[in-house]
Amino acid sequence: MAFALVASGDGDLYEIIGLSLQVSLTALFASCIIGFGLGTLIAVTRFPGRGVAIIAFNTMMGLPPVVVGLLVYLALSRSGPLGVLGLLYTPAAMIIAQTILITPIVAALSRQIVEDLFNEYDELFRSLSVPTLQAMGAVLWDARFSLITVALAGFGRAIAEVGAVMIVGGNIDHLTRVMTTAIALETSKGDLALALALGIVLLAISMTVNALALSLRSTAARQAYA
Amino acid sequence: MSSRLLSAVAVALFGAGALFSASVQAEDKSIIVQSTTSTANSGLYDYILPIFKEKTGITVNVVAVGTGQAIKNAQNCDGDVLLVHSKASEEKFVAEGFGGPRTDLMYNDFVIVGPPADPAGVAGSSDAAAALKKIAEANALFASRGDDSGTHKKEKSLWKAAGVDTAAGSGKWYRETGSGMGATLNAGIGMGAYVLTDRATWISFKNKGDYKIAVEGDKSMYNQYGTILVSKEKCPSVKADLGQTFIDWLLTGEGQKAIASYKIDGQQLFFPNAPTS
Repeated sequence: MAFALVASGDGDLYEIIGLSLQVSLTALFASCIIGFGLGTLIAVTRFPGRGVAIIAFNTMMGLPPVVVGLLVYLALSRSGPLGVLGLLYTPAAMIIAQTILITPIVAALSRQIVEDLFNEYDELFRSLSVPTLQAMGAVLWDARFSLITVALAGFGRAIAEVGAVMIVGGNIDHLTRVMTTAIALETSKGDLALALALGIVLLAISMTVNALALSLRSTAARQAYA
Repeated sequence: MSSRLLSAVAVALFGAGALFSASVQAEDKSIIVQSTTSTANSGLYDYILPIFKEKTGITVNVVAVGTGQAIKNAQNCDGDVLLVHSKASEEKFVAEGFGGPRTDLMYNDFVIVGPPADPAGVAGSSDAAAALKKIAEANALFASRGDDSGTHKKEKSLWKAAGVDTAAGSGKWYRETGSGMGATLNAGIGMGAYVLTDRATWISFKNKGDYKIAVEGDKSMYNQYGTILVSKEKCPSVKADLGQTFIDWLLTGEGQKAIASYKIDGQQLFFPNAPTS
């Protein structure tokens, strides 16, 4: 049924798949910019409260999506502090919610990877008195293959969550309906076969993204070490 | 390295800008309706909204949640029109100045569905209160919405009429799912419990299993839907003109006819009853 669904060329389905990818990939992109930066910064610097920051990020990896959704809803609601932007029930609101959800994952995991690598290079950097910013860049670049896996972990979390996008997006047909909210809707209509088929399609999308990332990684690795 | 970063930031900014303009464009001629789930899950909107859009060019974006949450969202100004089914809560909403006036739109009725084994012996009954009393006495499982929705409020009033205190059976025979109608039906059918549901959701529900309607036809199970325009005074962001256009269309001949002509398997789901002016 999942194959029949995709093969049928149903325009609505492609629209939903497209929005899922647009929202989650944009959120991932934003999270990587923020998360890699924060993670690296915490990894290479020493400041008071650093341990607390690490625990905070590690804890926030477990943020419940529905709580994030609720907080973003309260902020973006017309009666909330950012209500004037009119972003509630738009894809932008969903991107914001997913960015908040996965940035801690990207930050916490990249912090660990970069820190391990940095400890290896620390003496070298110090003997050459490399400026911190430059050292950050060098370590980040060296860790790039591991960071792809970090990004994939973030993507997996974003594309699979339903709690946050349901609240801030509203599951509006042709506007904010994504794969997970569509699955929830079909389940509540009792159309379990269609819901399951959509679930399989979603898994296939995730697999495609992962395969693309992996091939990108191995191509880059071949070039780097050839 | 830095040029790479720069281009990445540029792409991010461009993406954000494109998204923002897209959301602004989408705002042009569209309204948000805070709605109960039954009207959405039964497919009514999929049927009538294209007709309305064809005529007026207005896109109606439906957020389908329980009546309680829909009213709460509307109070937060996150909607232009409210379409729900709990008269007392709607009148409170109007009385508190969040919108108005409230108008009757359409009706159908609630039914109690149950397993074929009928452990409480209520099948074929048309007395809701007596049936619920029997269910409680037999300690037969009953799955409740438990989510402050219109259906949940109706259910609570029926238990009150039956003189049963459900709190005592909570977690035992009385199971509150705290979720929507469809999810509660899925759960109830899964555990062999009786469930109170609106007829529209039941007719369109696709996971009925061997369940049948056990109790129907009681006057107290009447289900009235109403519609309210959210107040422009309370919520300056409300698109009063577009919202009013939608409500006017729903209440007049064409909208009422569209509602009446929506059928699944030959069965009419909603019966229009807007006051004729």
